[in-house]
Amino acid sequence: MADPVLAVRGLTVTFPGSAGDVRAVRGIDYELQRGEVLGIVGESGSGKSASATAVTGLLPASAVVDGSIRLDGEELIGLDDARMAKVRGKRIAMVFQDPLSALTPVYTVGDQLSEAVRIHNDVSRQAARERSVELLKLVGIPHASERADAFPHEFSGGMRQRVMIAMAIANDPDVIIADEPTTALDVTIQAQVLEVLRTARELTGAAIVMITHDLSVIAGFADRVAVMYAGRIVETGTVDEVFYSPRMPYTMGLLGAIPRADESGDRPLVPIDGTPPSLVDLPAGCPFAARCPLAFDTCREVEPALIAVGSANHRSACHLAEKIEAGGWGPTDVFPLPDLPEAAAARVPRAERDVVLEAKDLVRHHPLLKGAVFKRQVGAVRAVDGISFDLRDGETLGLVGESGCGKTTTLLEVLELAAPQAGRIVVLGRDVSELGQSERRAMRRDVNIVFQDPMASLDPRMPVSDILAEPMRTHGMSGAKIQARIRELLRLVGLNPEHAGRYPQQFSGGQRQRVGIARALALEPELLVLDEPVSALDVSIQAGVINLLEELRARLGLSYLFVAHDLAVVRHIADRIAVMYLGKIVEIGEVTRVYESASHPYTQALLSAIPLPDPHKERARRRILLEGDLPSPADPPSGCRFRTRCPKFAGLDEDRRRRCLEEEPPLHGMDDDDHAAACHYAEALKVV
Amino acid sequence: MSVPSDQLATILPGQRPDGEEAALDETRIASRWSLVLRRFRRRRLAMAGLVVLVFLFLLAFVGPYLGQWTYTDHDFNAFLQGPSLDHWFGTTQTGGDVYALTLRGMQKSLVIGILVALISTGLAALVGSFAGYMGGWIDRSLMWFVDLMLVLPSFLIIAILSPTFRGKTWLVFVVLLAAFLWLVTARIVRGMTISLREREYVLAARYMGVPAHRIIFRHILPNISSLLIVDATINVSAAVISETGLSYFGFGVQPPDVSLGTLIADGTQSATTYPWLFGFAAGILVALVLAVNLVGDGLRDALDPTSGF
Repeated sequence: MADPVLAVRGLTVTFPGSAGDVRAVRGIDYELQRGEVLGIVGESGSGKSASATAVTGLLPASAVVDGSIRLDGEELIGLDDARMAKVRGKRIAMVFQDPLSALTPVYTVGDQLSEAVRIHNDVSRQAARERSVELLKLVGIPHASERADAFPHEFSGGMRQRVMIAMAIANDPDVIIADEPTTALDVTIQAQVLEVLRTARELTGAAIVMITHDLSVIAGFADRVAVMYAGRIVETGTVDEVFYSPRMPYTMGLLGAIPRADESGDRPLVPIDGTPPSLVDLPAGCPFAARCPLAFDTCREVEPALIAVGSANHRSACHLAEKIEAGGWGPTDVFPLPDLPEAAAARVPRAERDVVLEAKDLVRHHPLLKGAVFKRQVGAVRAVDGISFDLRDGETLGLVGESGCGKTTTLLEVLELAAPQAGRIVVLGRDVSELGQSERRAMRRDVNIVFQDPMASLDPRMPVSDILAEPMRTHGMSGAKIQARIRELLRLVGLNPEHAGRYPQQFSGGQRQRVGIARALALEPELLVLDEPVSALDVSIQAGVINLLEELRARLGLSYLFVAHDLAVVRHIADRIAVMYLGKIVEIGEVTRVYESASHPYTQALLSAIPLPDPHKERARRRILLEGDLPSPADPPSGCRFRTRCPKFAGLDEDRRRRCLEEEPPLHGMDDDDHAAACHYAEALKVV
Repeated sequence: MSVPSDQLATILPGQRPDGEEAALDETRIASRWSLVLRRFRRRRLAMAGLVVLVFLFLLAFVGPYLGQWTYTDHDFNAFLQGPSLDHWFGTTQTGGDVYALTLRGMQKSLVIGILVALISTGLAALVGSFAGYMGGWIDRSLMWFVDLMLVLPSFLIIAILSPTFRGKTWLVFVVLLAAFLWLVTARIVRGMTISLREREYVLAARYMGVPAHRIIFRHILPNISSLLIVDATINVSAAVISETGLSYFGFGVQPPDVSLGTLIADGTQSATTYPWLFGFAAGILVALVLAVNLVGDGLRDALDPTSGF
């Protein structure tokens, strides 16, 4: 084998702290060949970012780094800052997660790129400028020479990430370290950025270390994978080995916990009980033992070494790896599958069930005002522009779309329980515009919300008991009843009633979200509105919360309006799905129909952009890449709103294009009654 | 945020022995204020501050009965005498008993300091949070009023108004002082409220049907309590000191009545030569401010669950 471009040996990173040293990385080894992509996967707190930051030498001065990091044979640990600065940006480049804070807001993008070029090369200002325009072109920024003079805030998130990649490849680096480069982005933009990273690798021949929490992202992108847990690599091998024959229970759990966009939601997800251990004082033995269903006595005493199983390059840190290998066990053999009850309502045909929520031609425009003293309206952001849907008893409607499509506005509009600007909202058979003050208050018992961020949605100054008591007190329940109900609720969501006196920050993310769900259930609502309830959680925790939501729906006969940008999660939990684009529903229907035979080009693009945790499928897939970003909702395109980015529109002749330009396509039914798409030339296509 | 996960991990489903459940139902779930009280009691310094504060009040209101002199008496046999058995804190140039004077001054200053702080911070919290939370014309008119008051020179207004109140109770003075101390804080509170208003837990409460005023008292004010408590503790000393300034110019507490402020002002010139004229009053002011600070810090930590106690 050729000499590796990057070799990490026995790397440890320790952050000294008052409560004890945080051992973020506890001895990891990996090698990176030229042009290779290594995916490092792990949940938050697994040490994946700390290990990568150590390579760039950007850890805070207080961190103690030990071991060896060799770049082309040259030792990097112990280099002083001045010499490290020569390596950084020139031979090792970095792409960060948040492209907004990684660019300086007060300099133009061109200036920042030129700076990156000029620091490592003795070239004239003019030459550096030309090079930066060239780089912007490379990463697919349209009108690069004009856009070079724009400031970072004038770029969208995806465009900014492209600029970051341009900066990373400016000096032909040997290694690019990408730290969650697509986490903050929408799926269609994520697909674009991954494509740019691929191009960047081809152009520079650089090796890439891709750090992510999302196994799906690396399935089609990486050559090799390293799974990290509690500061160590617990399994490593080629993508195929790790994805198709995982030999460490943690990897298996992770793979089983991911909802898949190409599988129907009948399979319950595999939740991993518990939370990752504290890195301050790790128990002896395997750090995963406490959460592992296979753990036996040795696991709690001796930490397993990373040893080869199967092939020489596939290594796993598990005492039972040989046994798993011999038995060919998969995730479902190792982890007990939860038994989810079936909803009673599901047995009744949909048409016969009661309508819980109905929106008809719902409109919400935010006025754009100008002027300091006398404000006049200069336009309107058409956040929601005439959408209709209905939600029946015991059903989950998934509302999906990219950020800015109006899905959250729709949900808030429903929760206001007030007359919308135009259109109608009917909740449980009552038109909300006809409700009086007290009736509206009474109706709030029936409609409740679970928010995205479990940290922000619980008042940090209130103990859990008070958080749960608040809705009940507001609706006049007696003290003794409330006390009993708090215990009942905590048990219902799988928490211990003993912890009612704790504050939200004493819980982990998944537990906090459970508290949020318990609060929403306090008044026994009929309809639960869920605003991205799992997107802030780690994969293994997310599976538990999704299972809980499904179980509660079946047991309590709830209906869910589920807003999410993750289409895999939606496929898993929803019965029906509505896809939104620029304030309009472009496709709606029964979930398997929409996923199996997506008919609107936008839905097709969205679905084809979702990464699958399946390397073979990923490599064989053809992605429909969308051009550019979402147009401004203040000034949507004429006719069909999607035409500016539509791959189908691009392939139409003049005559047929005119229809897209002039006429707004209505939602019309596809072959059967519960599937409709808003496209003049709708055609079913299987993309996942 | 840095809660060790061994504390939190252990409560997932399936790990709970069933026998425990029945026993649990008997224990009462602690509510927010009983938790805050428990956390406050655990803070030793805060409890010490509270004890000092109670002691100062007892001294001010019970102490005068222990001494043999009143603050209006003059002992013509003892001018400018140091502390003695007869005059515990010494005497002034005119034979006044410093002990009696100091206690009399304390009665005024304790009440002025603490009342002014409570009124001004309370007013700031109310006006700021309602303006910030309600928005619209309520916000505009309240802030317009605050800006107007900020522009007016407070000293001038009090000077103009004080003849009207001459001879009336000095408590009017408390109201006047408070009226000019809350303005800047109100603006800060408003700003913080506007950012809190968008938080999801406030939205959650709104969608539960919790009325606005209750959201303000239950969610907004507790979350800015750190600022309010710091503001109130600073206001205690600010009120005592600014009262001195006003008294010096002939408004506020007038001779023969005294306050800690006037005593300190009178005693400053002779602080080095006749230290008892200055030392006792100043010492008590320091003790007062310190005690209020300790109590404030304790309250802040008790209210803030992230403080780790």
